Amino acid sequence: MDLTWSDAQEAFRTEAHDWLRESFAAWQADHGGVDAIPSGDTRAGFGIHLDWERRLFENRWAVVSWPKAYGGREATLWEWLIFEEEYYAAGCPPRVTQNGIFLLAPSLFAFANEAQQDHILPRMAAGEDTWCQGWSEPNAGSDLASLTTRATRTEGGWILNGQKTWTTRGAFSTHLFGLFRTDPTAERHRGLSYLLVPLDTPGVTVRGFGRLDGDEGFAEVFFEDAFLPDDALPGGVLLGEEGQGWKVAMSTTSSERGLTLRSPGRFLATARRLINAWGAMPETFRAEHAALGDRITGVWMQAEAYQMQTYQTVTGTVEGRPSGAESSLVKLWWSELDVELHECAMDLIGVGALAEGPWTKGYQFSLSGPIYAGTNEVQRNVVAERVLGLPRK
Amino acid sequence: MRFAFTDDQIALREAVRDLLAAECPPEVVRAAWPATDGDGQGAGAGARVDAARVDGLWGHLAEMGVFGVLVPEADGGLGFDEVAAAVVLAESGYAAVPHPVVEAMCVVAPATANPAPLRAQVGWGADRLDIVGELVDGAVADFGSAVDPDRIGTLRATMGTAAQLIGLGRRMLDIAVAYVTEREQFGVPIGSFQAVKHHLADARLALEFAAPAVWRAAWSLATGADTADRDVSMAKAMAADAAHLVGRKALQCHGGIGYTVEYDLHLFLKRAWLLERLWGDTAHHRRVVARAIGV
Repeated sequence: MDLTWSDAQEAFRTEAHDWLRESFAAWQADHGGVDAIPSGDTRAGFGIHLDWERRLFENRWAVVSWPKAYGGREATLWEWLIFEEEYYAAGCPPRVTQNGIFLLAPSLFAFANEAQQDHILPRMAAGEDTWCQGWSEPNAGSDLASLTTRATRTEGGWILNGQKTWTTRGAFSTHLFGLFRTDPTAERHRGLSYLLVPLDTPGVTVRGFGRLDGDEGFAEVFFEDAFLPDDALPGGVLLGEEGQGWKVAMSTTSSERGLTLRSPGRFLATARRLINAWGAMPETFRAEHAALGDRITGVWMQAEAYQMQTYQTVTGTVEGRPSGAESSLVKLWWSELDVELHECAMDLIGVGALAEGPWTKGYQFSLSGPIYAGTNEVQRNVVAERVLGLPRK
Repeated sequence: MRFAFTDDQIALREAVRDLLAAECPPEVVRAAWPATDGDGQGAGAGARVDAARVDGLWGHLAEMGVFGVLVPEADGGLGFDEVAAAVVLAESGYAAVPHPVVEAMCVVAPATANPAPLRAQVGWGADRLDIVGELVDGAVADFGSAVDPDRIGTLRATMGTAAQLIGLGRRMLDIAVAYVTEREQFGVPIGSFQAVKHHLADARLALEFAAPAVWRAAWSLATGADTADRDVSMAKAMAADAAHLVGRKALQCHGGIGYTVEYDLHLFLKRAWLLERLWGDTAHHRRVVARAIGV
């Protein structure tokens, strides 16, 4: 057990800390100040947030763990965690490129050919191409393997038919990575393929719609005899092999559930802001709301425990003991923690919480956490069956 | 940065685990209970062992050097740190050792530089005796406050109690998982029902995140970190909450069978109830954390 950072890691932290604070302030100032910048999940805000992504990329902070050739720093997993801590501690915004850099990229590193990697990864990191995830369908949510959107093989490409939905930032993205049924005779997770689709492909229609928080953060994506040529992207549009889509997709799923999408730094920063907000309340309020103070202490402990559990997990990963279905425990923890953090804030603010504001936005967004990336009911089944070994039937 | 136990700590854990599997099976825990309750009924009816095995267990632990984990090698101890103590105490929790192992290891042995105190020299404080007697066992009535724990002793014992709660929680979860996998109703194992799965997933979740908090507290003590008080209190609060939740879930998943004295679950459940309250209850420790973080 050694919970100290090396000199090199501390130096990395200092460099990230200093650059993030200075550059984040500059970005805000360049776009009219913090209050003038809309959420990245809105049409108006998306482009402004892409400008932030470009600044990160130009200074090699967009994808710190990636190879230098693709814009990264070849940072270790530990340094990536440090970067995340500093990123959220500085108050920097959620990444509008996250579905590409955190969900698609791990699958590209594992399954893409060199031409695909060389073309897609740097453009993704720079925010030139933005990727959305085309998995869910109207009748395939938690039961993803029941999806029916088809890709039919034809001369020089694929014909796509069907519909995806709840596609986050789909209305603003340039590309979609998704699962398509390529063998109509195969059932469930067999006969699926993982395809990379430019959204300007003729026959593809994207229609944005409002989420609970009012932002146009979701989209429906319709495929109507859309012809996707094999050479729409260098190296081809198929990721992995035909019929192996489920396997490729599952490599992304564990990233989404676990650490890479929602690192502890984010929740520690939220907990710290919550504690500051509590401290700013009058003494009389705090005395009257002692129970709320207890809850705030509780959520801080949960965020801190997530940090410790992460250090344990990362140690295992770097020493060759990767975790498996335990990623479902992590998803349960951070998603329910995020709701509790924001519920505390809403109770702190009182009636004013019902007006628009960062905490209100955050609360509404937190409520999606127990739903996306596999509902928490499904995650509990996974924990019971694959971690505890309970019978499936 | 390395959040994992060393090979030495793992070797110690395995040795203690093997010893306790052999010398502290549930019937030994049961034998530490009073022979009869107020109505003259045997609380542990059906599973009596020679009470000498209860006393003998203390000797086995002393012989292995378990009480001397925190005593310097120069004084005949094992010369380990608090992380090793946590590892060992989680095992004693898992086995529900019916002795004040935390107090012997964390308070009495270091204060007296005696790596093998006698059972008669160690116990829970007199103010806690009634709770102990009612809830857990009758074997701890002989403590005098020979050693008044200092700050470090108190922090170590609090952390150690948290480690035991992690072990108890893991044991209760193991018992419940085994039970729901075998027990059939409606023609299938009850562990195949989602409602049961979700109870036990919640139990596993609480333990998954409470345990690292305990190991971190042990490390903070071992390195004299400024945050030691906060970290120990966080560990105790989280471990107590986790063990309490696991106990509730385990009992519920057992149905009527768990609600009997013949079945072993209550031996672990009631010990967890006690440890939740020893060395500061959860409300106390949350306040310590709250003050430290400015709430």
